[in-house]
Amino acid sequence: MNRFDYVRAGSVAEAVEAAGAPGASFLAGGSNLLDLMKGGISRPARLVDITRLKGLDGIERLPDGSLRIGALVRNSDLAHDGYIAQRYPAIVEALLSGASAQLRNAATTGGNIMQRTRCQYFYDPASACNKRDPGTGCDARGGESRLLAVLGWSEHCVATHPSDFCVPLVALDAVVEIEGAAGRREVPLEMFHSLPGDTPHIETVLAPGDLIVAVRLPAEAEDFAAHARYLKVRDRTSYAFAVVSAAAGLRLADGRIAEARLALGGVALKPWRARAAETRLLGREPTDAAFRDAATTALAEATPSGDNAFKIELARRVVARALTLAARGTPERLPALPASPFADSFGELAHV
Amino acid sequence: MGIPISLTVNGTQRRAELEDERVTLLDLLRERWDLTGTKKGCDRGQCGACTILLDGRRVNSCLALAVSHDGSEIITIEGLADGDVLHPVQAAFIAHDALQCGFCTPGQIMSAIGLIREGQAGDDPERVREAMSGNICRCGAYIGITEAVLDAQARIDARQALVKAA
Repeated sequence: MNRFDYVRAGSVAEAVEAAGAPGASFLAGGSNLLDLMKGGISRPARLVDITRLKGLDGIERLPDGSLRIGALVRNSDLAHDGYIAQRYPAIVEALLSGASAQLRNAATTGGNIMQRTRCQYFYDPASACNKRDPGTGCDARGGESRLLAVLGWSEHCVATHPSDFCVPLVALDAVVEIEGAAGRREVPLEMFHSLPGDTPHIETVLAPGDLIVAVRLPAEAEDFAAHARYLKVRDRTSYAFAVVSAAAGLRLADGRIAEARLALGGVALKPWRARAAETRLLGREPTDAAFRDAATTALAEATPSGDNAFKIELARRVVARALTLAARGTPERLPALPASPFADSFGELAHV
Repeated sequence: MGIPISLTVNGTQRRAELEDERVTLLDLLRERWDLTGTKKGCDRGQCGACTILLDGRRVNSCLALAVSHDGSEIITIEGLADGDVLHPVQAAFIAHDALQCGFCTPGQIMSAIGLIREGQAGDDPERVREAMSGNICRCGAYIGITEAVLDAQARIDARQALVKAA
């Protein structure tokens, strides 16, 4: 780990100004940043500690029915909030399927969105990586590529975004509130992360000094509470990143799908909203055939970036199963293994 | 000139001058204060051997910068026993043979105490295993660990019920 200047910000304005300096990073939970610094992947010249900032650790319902989650709200606090579980169950399932209990106690809402890829070539300073060191090449191409991207990748970068939390967030039209040198602005989460193109080192829309202060869910995000699931296939049962995951939400009326939400994780460098597949489901009955059809649409543009063609078929099956589970109904209590395909007990349904 | 910080560790206030801002809570505990019960396994948040309670919640102390946690309250494995009387989770680990080499055990026990405080797992072994997945045991003592956590939780619940009744 390199030496750095440590600045404890006393206000959001102070934090934004301090982090505008070259090489500065914000420090919140530190669960990803310190890991990257220990590996020599991130070498910030300055850490701006935002953990003492007031007003960023609350969850509040706004008058228009939207929900505002402060950037410093811990993953575990959000996941164990009964109000959230009742209205946004796929978010809770995604959160509880991510990392470990210890990490969820440290990791924050803003930090989860800002976490870096777990591509092992990005993590290995001895490997060429256009994201870590622009212009050096990509050793992941032609390397151990089974877990890498099948959508939105480029010849310069085939990494994936590792977040579980972001998958239902993007499905539910979450908006990111950002405080910057020019004041407050909002960006839909769907537009927040950048696809690699020929600039994989540019990961988000944030400019130097820009601070995520909150994530907001619109009022309509509650409409899917009765039929919302997150499904995550991993290489081991728990405490592993997604090989492929999907968040599915349905609004059913008169036995037909009135509205559908679908997003995938582990397949691209951003949480992947599958809008064409959502449209495809409108007005149809929630049947296996409809869900398989939606899955085909969701992966229509997928191509392997290496030895990972299996992920395309796996993603289709994960999508179809997530939709099937969502149609069956949100369980009253999450299964013992949240989001796991091995969770075989569904128990009582909520919202019936 | 170092950075002065102050922490409450196992009920005692401790102060340190950090000449290096990179010091983690784990290194501060082990290297400055000789509280070596908290173990350094991977040092990257993957194994859970360094688990402590930080302001009442289980975290990986290897991924926490000491300077960022100035003023916090920490409980480590050294702070559990009351003299010669073990904490119920410590006693349950012995009773259920929940260890072999013992290296991961302090982290397992601190994590188990965090789990019991969270109150989410109930008496379901699958939920306990899931909630303990951030603690790796290379000897594979997981069966004993799960039994120990369930047993300790039942004892703590029973004790609290008695206190309430009285």
